[in-house]
Amino acid sequence: MEVTTHSTAAVRRAFRAAFPTTLPIFTGFLFLGAAYGIYMNAFGFNPLYPILMSALIYAGSMQFVAVSLLTGPFDPLGALFMTLLVNARHLFYGVSMLEKYRGTGMKKIYLMHYLSDETFSINCTAHVPPGVDGTWYMFAVTVLNHAYWVFGTAVGAVAGKLVTFETKGIEFVMTALFLVIFLEQWRKETSHKASLVGLLATVLCLALFGAKHFILPSMLIILIVLTLFRGRIEGEEAQS
Amino acid sequence: MTTAQVIVTIAMVLLGTMITRYLPFLVFSGSRTPDFVRYLGRFLPSAALGMLVVYCFKDVPFLSGNHGAPELIAACATIALHVWKRQMLLSIAGGTIAYMLLVQLVF
Repeated sequence: MEVTTHSTAAVRRAFRAAFPTTLPIFTGFLFLGAAYGIYMNAFGFNPLYPILMSALIYAGSMQFVAVSLLTGPFDPLGALFMTLLVNARHLFYGVSMLEKYRGTGMKKIYLMHYLSDETFSINCTAHVPPGVDGTWYMFAVTVLNHAYWVFGTAVGAVAGKLVTFETKGIEFVMTALFLVIFLEQWRKETSHKASLVGLLATVLCLALFGAKHFILPSMLIILIVLTLFRGRIEGEEAQS
Repeated sequence: MTTAQVIVTIAMVLLGTMITRYLPFLVFSGSRTPDFVRYLGRFLPSAALGMLVVYCFKDVPFLSGNHGAPELIAACATIALHVWKRQMLLSIAGGTIAYMLLVQLVF
């Protein structure tokens, strides 16, 4: 069944094809990772802590939240629930990638563990160039993004104080990346219903519940609408 | 916190993150994914990308300060560039540079 090729040439081809797609993420992660490293440093943590957390956890916004958990009173269960809340959106990414990550063998553990917002956005819309193995391509995207995040963190944790040029606003690179990927997905769709449901439900919940509590209700509304209007959403796709 | 407590807290954050990332694959690990979940898998990516775009704007103060003007202008610049040239790296670089100029020099 498995058509994955294991030759080093195939692996190299996959990394070479994946690299340009991940360049915006390199820029973003270098600065966001560095910001995280500097932030942890400011609270007196040894550089090893942020570097290991980036290597193992690899969840940007949650790692920033974790700093407040680590500097507050000891509450392991509270930390667990906070993490489940902040990272709940990853459940959607997993469901979306079930079929694409099927039959990826041992690589699947790594693909699952390191399925971040950025990796999801690239791998779920990826058009793998001809002649490149799809599994190795998605694996390469995952590895590169992971490496950028750890590298950025290390730079910030070890040498953060040496940065002298004005980087204010560089974090917008992530917003721009997701916007462009959203536009690309939009162009490919025959029906925009699911995209609109995602946008509108989240805007509505952000306005109603505020920045701290909007993700869970958004996910719930998206699920309910997709369930209730399955006939319409699938039907239109089938007609066109 | 003691070092042990710090490590336990980090382990909890790791565990929570792993649960959200592994759960869908563990629950639907069978040889055939249920029909309804396959349907979700086909249409959730669009919805999840829409959610992710809005998520990026969650901390923007739309009701106070400059009402998110730099973010909205830079987002429009990104979209316009992309519709015009349709080159991912160009759109992303252009939008980001526009935003940096806006927050450093204008607002």
